[in-house]
Amino acid sequence: MYSSVGVINDERSAALVQWSWRGLMVLAAVVLLALYSFDVYEVIIIILTAISLALMGQNWPAFRHHIVTVTVFSLFAIWTYGQDLSLGESNFFLNYVLASQSAFMWMSVLFFMATVTYFAGLLMRSTFTEKVASALTWSAATMGMVGLMVRWRESHLMGPDIGYIPVSNLYEVFILFAVMTAIIYLFYERRYQIRSLGGFVLLVISAAVVFQLWYSISKGAHQIQPLVPALQSYWMKIHVPANFVGYGTFAMAAMIGVAYLLKSWQQNTNPQGLLATVLPDFAVMDDLMYKTIALGFAFFTLATILGALWAAEAWGGYWSWDPKETWALIVWLNYAAWLHMRMTKGWNGNPMAWWAIIGLFVTLFAFLGVNMFLSGLHSYGGL
Amino acid sequence: MPDNSNSSTRHHTLGQRLFLFLGSMDLAVTLFVALAIASIIGTVLQQNQPYTDYLIKFGPFWFDVFESAGLYDVYSALWFLAILTLLVISTSVCVIRNTPSMLKDMRNLRTHVQSKSLRAMHHQKQWSVDTDEQKSADNLEAALSNLGFRVKQTPKEGEVLVSAMRGGMNRLGYIFTHLAIVVICVGGLIDGNLPLKFAEWQGKIKIETRDLPTSEIPEISRLPVGNHAFRGSVSIPEGRSSSVVFLAMRDGYLLQNLPFTVEVKEFRVAYYTTGQPKLFETDLVIHDDELQAPFEATIAVNHPLFYKGYAIYQASFSDGGSFLTLEAWPLDKEAGKEPVIFETKVFENRKMLWGEQSLRLEVTSFRLFNINPDPTDEDPDRLRNFGPSFSYKLRKNTGEALEYQNYMLPVERNGREYYLSGVRASPAEDFGYLYLPVDIDGGLTHFSHFLQRLQNENIVNEIAHAMMLGTLAEINNQDKELEQSLQETLTLLVATFVKGGFTSINTFIETTLPEAERKRLGPAYLGMLREMLSRIYVGGSLYQYEVGDPEKNTEIQQEELLFFQDAVDAIASLARYGSPVYLYMSDYEHVEASGLQITYAPGKAIVYIGCAFLIMGIFLLFYLPQRRFWAIVKANGSGTEVLLAGMSNRNPREFDLFFKQTAEHLEAVTGNSKAK
Ligand code: HEM
Repeated sequence: MYSSVGVINDERSAALVQWSWRGLMVLAAVVLLALYSFDVYEVIIIILTAISLALMGQNWPAFRHHIVTVTVFSLFAIWTYGQDLSLGESNFFLNYVLASQSAFMWMSVLFFMATVTYFAGLLMRSTFTEKVASALTWSAATMGMVGLMVRWRESHLMGPDIGYIPVSNLYEVFILFAVMTAIIYLFYERRYQIRSLGGFVLLVISAAVVFQLWYSISKGAHQIQPLVPALQSYWMKIHVPANFVGYGTFAMAAMIGVAYLLKSWQQNTNPQGLLATVLPDFAVMDDLMYKTIALGFAFFTLATILGALWAAEAWGGYWSWDPKETWALIVWLNYAAWLHMRMTKGWNGNPMAWWAIIGLFVTLFAFLGVNMFLSGLHSYGGL
Repeated sequence: MPDNSNSSTRHHTLGQRLFLFLGSMDLAVTLFVALAIASIIGTVLQQNQPYTDYLIKFGPFWFDVFESAGLYDVYSALWFLAILTLLVISTSVCVIRNTPSMLKDMRNLRTHVQSKSLRAMHHQKQWSVDTDEQKSADNLEAALSNLGFRVKQTPKEGEVLVSAMRGGMNRLGYIFTHLAIVVICVGGLIDGNLPLKFAEWQGKIKIETRDLPTSEIPEISRLPVGNHAFRGSVSIPEGRSSSVVFLAMRDGYLLQNLPFTVEVKEFRVAYYTTGQPKLFETDLVIHDDELQAPFEATIAVNHPLFYKGYAIYQASFSDGGSFLTLEAWPLDKEAGKEPVIFETKVFENRKMLWGEQSLRLEVTSFRLFNINPDPTDEDPDRLRNFGPSFSYKLRKNTGEALEYQNYMLPVERNGREYYLSGVRASPAEDFGYLYLPVDIDGGLTHFSHFLQRLQNENIVNEIAHAMMLGTLAEINNQDKELEQSLQETLTLLVATFVKGGFTSINTFIETTLPEAERKRLGPAYLGMLREMLSRIYVGGSLYQYEVGDPEKNTEIQQEELLFFQDAVDAIASLARYGSPVYLYMSDYEHVEASGLQITYAPGKAIVYIGCAFLIMGIFLLFYLPQRRFWAIVKANGSGTEVLLAGMSNRNPREFDLFFKQTAEHLEAVTGNSKAK
């Protein structure tokens, strides 16, 4: 049996694991659907989530562990909370580990540690250290995801009419961004054995975490606030995560671009230097840049279209040239141009690496700058 | 797919060259960038604002320049649409040019390859088996078929070519993606306002810029029910209905008729316990001659009503002409009289005769809830309930107007309560506030009474006289002239203060006292004024003291002292307040208007179809690599030689692995392999 990826060691036990994993996801979805009542959109979202988790996990053991750990931790936290939100401060586990704020703190610390460890591994050329860094990254992503799940529950505990999915304000999407980017990176890390790029990608994540901490400390942004009517929509649940797959991959592509340029610079100055020898081959990085941008482009297209469908419902038109929408279009055009130059003109190497980095700034503006400097209908993220 | 548009351009005719240019990648990428940059303009410069705002912001010269460049509505400016159209054309040309070869490539198994070209490929493998030629070829065909390949055998001289391909749909991905762009843009253009612009250019319609009642809007600014797209809005008060919407166009609007009538029964806002709004919804009734009976529907933000292809959205809300009962408390010479009670409505514009003054009262808005930070408090997080509020303008005959905002509930500061009234001369300013102290009876009577006494010349003269005598007696003065002048000064001080507050007193001191004496006598003047005010106040105090409860009386006295201070401060700022009356809202009946956005977008379905194709196309393009295998099977002595080669148009690294594994698998199934 061949998968299109083709990395299979022990076919029989692998098949067993795969089928149990798929079965588990089906079971989880069925239990969820049987226990609670959902509207039709939520049912669709749950089914799609189960399918995508089943697909992502079937050849990816670490991801399976991640999902299981997130589920166990989150359920434990939810069970500990019961109906009493105040336990978040009095219960030992919640207060120090699992309440969303604590989980996010753990996530932040672990991401910082992972960044440092990746670079240490790079400097010492130590595969073991880099593996530790991967483990740290996984733990950080896990704590971030647990935090989001628990926050979801916390918002419901605040009041039955307040509960909402925690991808609804700038603070929450920053955490989503960190977690998404980490998981996307870990996916490629395993596939391409590119641990030496870890530190670079983790640098963007750490920057996001720093911003998130600042935002929370100086502006109290972590407080759960009820949703304004315009954001109460099931579209939120798919539009935002789809967007962040895009942002995450674009960020990763840019950081590979940085590594690429550094290597290319050192190759010219000192071919035996650390970066020139430790970083992956040019061809690998070039290919990865293409792959991440392609993945991001696909999801960004999806997200923008979902956004248009939502806008048709909420604002009365699928396209209003609202600043956020317009910047999404600009980001999209930018990467469309990038892909064309690569696919049809065969551009590669340094110019494309530079362009990927510029792309990150364009993306950053669409993501943050619009909220900070421009006004419009996407009101959730005023700073 | 390499772009070969510039190969041998010289031999093409002009038409062909234009065609090649339009479909060229250079043009496409240029257009991407141009579109992106043009889009930025519209996000930096806020679009579709009132033209006067732009005029103020840019000044007349740049206002005109920007207007003629269409910058206030970039996305429907002709040059912007031209870029978009060019992109559509370019993409279409590209699709037309590439589709035939793509379709061919999708099906073509390439049966003409030679072993030489296979050997030149990056991915290739060679082995021998002892099975015969045909059997080996059949085995290969079966194995590749099992892997999902389309396979074909082509017998050649002394050998058999097995060609296989998987993922031919990848090429369909290209067609879908690019066709989708064209479809989406066409749908978008249908829903844009190009047809309206065209009609305007032809002179068939004219944008109305005046603020007219609906019935007076001329025919040329009205659009009949038709098939053109529009996005309009209308504000309908509760209990009223409308069968038109307004389309905002540059600095004016057009009126669009609807084939039905929308009635607003009720508009509601629900709040979270924290006070933030949770829900905006409207109960609508749709009246349509084609319906047997009107039907009701409730819309809310995110939950529009779709009817006959029209979509009705909850967009905003505003006042629908609330009824207000107002008390006019005189602040001028009339002070002390009973307030005049009258009724008015939000948006009503009425004449108000006040003494000799004739003013226009324009009530501009009413707000039911004001849980706001106190605008004059240092701590912006402290929220207070100001009660309902209303805003109005008082316009003088000269056309000048001051804008006021009054709150119904008194606001507490430092343990004292005040009625707050904000005033400003233009919307660009912040409100300045008048604090009217609430008296012990919970109203404004004491204040009004004090104000009345201050304006009463007899009382002021009397008190000035007594004070003058008292003061002069202390210094044993016998000079009549001094008596006269002191009495005059005292009355003048009070009158000046009532008229212009402490600012006028300062001016008075500066103009009447010589520079040398100002330092010494200035404070004395202020002291005299204070003493006068306090005497005037005390003489008319309405506070009730109890006999035989000294503790209680001290308390009341304390309070009265504070009240007096506040009253003096309030009177000091009356000059700046600029109104002869204070309007207190004693009752109201809230009427709301629901702001609806009604749209008609016949292109929407087209756009959505385009979007579906775009998604499919992109995923096919990226994630369904086209993979080809060829095997040349050739008898060689007792056994058979197999030469396998492969290529893919995406994901080269994954193909490395795939080729390796597939080749091993194929080697295993072709027959008994002879180690080589
Ligand atoms: C807004 C308009 C357009 C969009 C969104 C778009 C999108 C795309 C995407 C996503 C790809 C796939 C790139 C990849 O595989 O990495 C692609 C490929 C391509 N595009 Fe476009 N495109 C547009 C306009 C055009 C135009 C105007 C042309 C013609 C000059 C063109 C020619 C091509 C060609 C030749 C390919 C390569 C197909 C292949 O070999 O796989 N595109 N386009």
